[in-house]
Amino acid sequence: MSTRIYVPIDSSALSLGAGRVAKAIADEAARRGIAIELVRNGSRGAFFLEPMVEVQTPAGRMAYGPVQVKDVASLFDAGFISGGGQHGLSLGPADEIPYLKNQERLTSARIGITDPLSLDDYTAHGGYEGLKNALAMSGADVVKEVTDSGLRGRGGAAFPTGIKWNTVLGASADQKYVVCNADEGDSGTFSDRMIMEGDPYVLIEGMTIAGIAVGATQGYIYLRSEYPHAFATLKEAIRRARAAGWLGQDVRGSGKAFELEVRLGAGAYICGEETSLLESLEGKRGIVRFKPPLPALQGLFGKPTVINNVISLASVPIILARGGAWYRDYGMGRSRGTLPFQLTGNIKRGGLVEKAFGLTLNELIYDFGGGTLSGRPVRAVQVGGPLGAYVPASQFDVPLDYEEYAKRQAMIGHGGIVVFDDTVDMSRMARYAMEFCAIESCGKCTPCRIGSTRGVEVIDRIIADEQRGKNIALLQSLCDTMLNGSLCALGGMAPYPVLSALNHFPEDFGISKTEAA
Amino acid sequence: MSLHHTGAGIDGQKLKSLVDSHAALPGALLPMLHAIQDEFGHVPEQAVPVIARSLNLSRAEVHGVITFYHHFRTHAPGRHVVQVCRAEACQSVGAAALEAHAKKCLGIDFHETTADGAVTLEAVYCLGNCALGPSVRVGDDVIGRVSPERFDDIIAELRAEVAA
Ligand SMILES: Cc1cc2nc3c(=O)[nH]c(=O)nc-3n(C[C@H](O)[C@H](O)[C@H](O)COP(=O)(O)O)c2cc1C
Ligand code: SF4
Ligand code: FES
Repeated sequence: MSTRIYVPIDSSALSLGAGRVAKAIADEAARRGIAIELVRNGSRGAFFLEPMVEVQTPAGRMAYGPVQVKDVASLFDAGFISGGGQHGLSLGPADEIPYLKNQERLTSARIGITDPLSLDDYTAHGGYEGLKNALAMSGADVVKEVTDSGLRGRGGAAFPTGIKWNTVLGASADQKYVVCNADEGDSGTFSDRMIMEGDPYVLIEGMTIAGIAVGATQGYIYLRSEYPHAFATLKEAIRRARAAGWLGQDVRGSGKAFELEVRLGAGAYICGEETSLLESLEGKRGIVRFKPPLPALQGLFGKPTVINNVISLASVPIILARGGAWYRDYGMGRSRGTLPFQLTGNIKRGGLVEKAFGLTLNELIYDFGGGTLSGRPVRAVQVGGPLGAYVPASQFDVPLDYEEYAKRQAMIGHGGIVVFDDTVDMSRMARYAMEFCAIESCGKCTPCRIGSTRGVEVIDRIIADEQRGKNIALLQSLCDTMLNGSLCALGGMAPYPVLSALNHFPEDFGISKTEAA
Repeated sequence: MSLHHTGAGIDGQKLKSLVDSHAALPGALLPMLHAIQDEFGHVPEQAVPVIARSLNLSRAEVHGVITFYHHFRTHAPGRHVVQVCRAEACQSVGAAALEAHAKKCLGIDFHETTADGAVTLEAVYCLGNCALGPSVRVGDDVIGRVSPERFDDIIAELRAEVAA
């Protein structure tokens, strides 16, 4: 019998050489005449251990990492094929690694465990239970289940998913669409990518459930062009799901149709904004639309459209499998369920940490993350992407809850956590926030288009100590104009990182706390 | 992906067939532009009227779309496109220094190509590899933990490939 060995094919694992390690293991096994079955799984998300190799043994899956090509021969020598724990890289049973064991994996339950493209693996690990239940329910009942779960949009705005679906369900039209927002532009995020590369069927299942619930027969995944591996995996998964009857004109004999296609974006952050995304899918420039009309009523090609983030949609199958009430038991306040947080930046143990809402940055950064990579003190943490606030250490104990963060002019967004040590210059980060807004502005409104460019200039003057007091006041008023006068959240929220940097770290702008207030 | 060198002729037949094979898709323009750039390494000027005619758009509209998106380029790149991530998570572990190093060692700015035609340098805003920065993308491969020395090795390998 051949031994099953897992070497991740996730982009981040590959970025540290997992592809070369997989080849070295196959070569070494052949050289030694040992029969192995090499499975390219997704990553479990403990990126500090990648490339992490696992061996299937009667006692479970034994992990080794981080493995480099040069370690492969010695792993064989140490008997890793039978799960031997004598090697310096031995991590013991994969499931017992504290970083993984202490998580609450609902949405990302299968990532790293299964072969991403194996439908058998998928169904053996609970896949398609949700869709089977949904097919036996009315559309309204499916929508109610999602509403009852308390699921809110994981793409940034945290709008209740069930309410959005209900609007589309109630609209009558000859054609409706389900669009998945896989533009994942926020720095500090990769949970969408990990789902698409590591468990693509869960997204396909979630979209199918959405389509069947609201009466949409065509789905599109709008994927950023920076994710070529996810593109290839999704295309192949869709092909296989269709061949197995999980997609198509008659989904598993239900008489209901759902077709799915992946489309590539083209490197524009603004195309993550839902109306810009729809314009782009229609083949136009990604200029933001005025709302109303809501995309739920007049979305893609003017038709009623469900548009949701990857994680929102990938959370739906387990909600339909286990029930809305079960999902709702996780979390706090009005933030129900779990979020796959992404621990990134200057962090010792970076990766994917899925937990129920309500934990704190302290727990994430220190208990999971082990502090900074540099070993220096943590100074600031940007939460929620490039439009999210810089959180100072004094707020690291605030529970990660949508409302608690909103109260502090901060946001959880897509769950990106970017850690900076004490060498960071917050005036530079503020400048970058404005620069990024200027680069990515769709140009439709003046406060965003012109304001961001002015913002860069004003911050440059503050840094150069030219009329500092006057320019700080100017920056504050500029931020005010952008906050209040922008059509979408790019211009409307870019001031958050800028103002939080200024307010919490005024010394980096050459002023005191009282001057910043 | 076959990348043509600057000045290389564009196969008009091929262009037309790529346009034709995508024309019937709903929202055809982006998939069409991707197919063209994948084939030719860029979207050549002579593609614009062909696309415009096929999709019943004005040339200005097609041009507007091409220039709106950072991904599409209208000039042939070098034989390798190297993207350096400039976004926050990579900045927290030294992306600014890496960017400066990359420009200095290649002797070019972003959006420029080295004199030997080997490398085009581009900025990118997050590659989804934010726990392992600084990150760089070469072709379809993302590389993590790229120190300046590592960057030099990557470039040396690419140059060796070009020379081979
Ligand atoms: C500038 C900007 C960029 C955005 N980028 C993304 C993105 O990359 N992915 C995403 O899912 N949502 C993004 N959003 C949020 C979307 O507009 C929208 O709220 C989301 O797709 C809705 O899905 P959800 O309810 O499941 O979150 C962005 C919004 C703005 C204003
Ligand atoms: S705020 Fe900026 S990105 Fe948003 S619509 Fe206005 S110009 Fe476009
Ligand atoms: S910020 Fe560089 S890869 Fe995400």
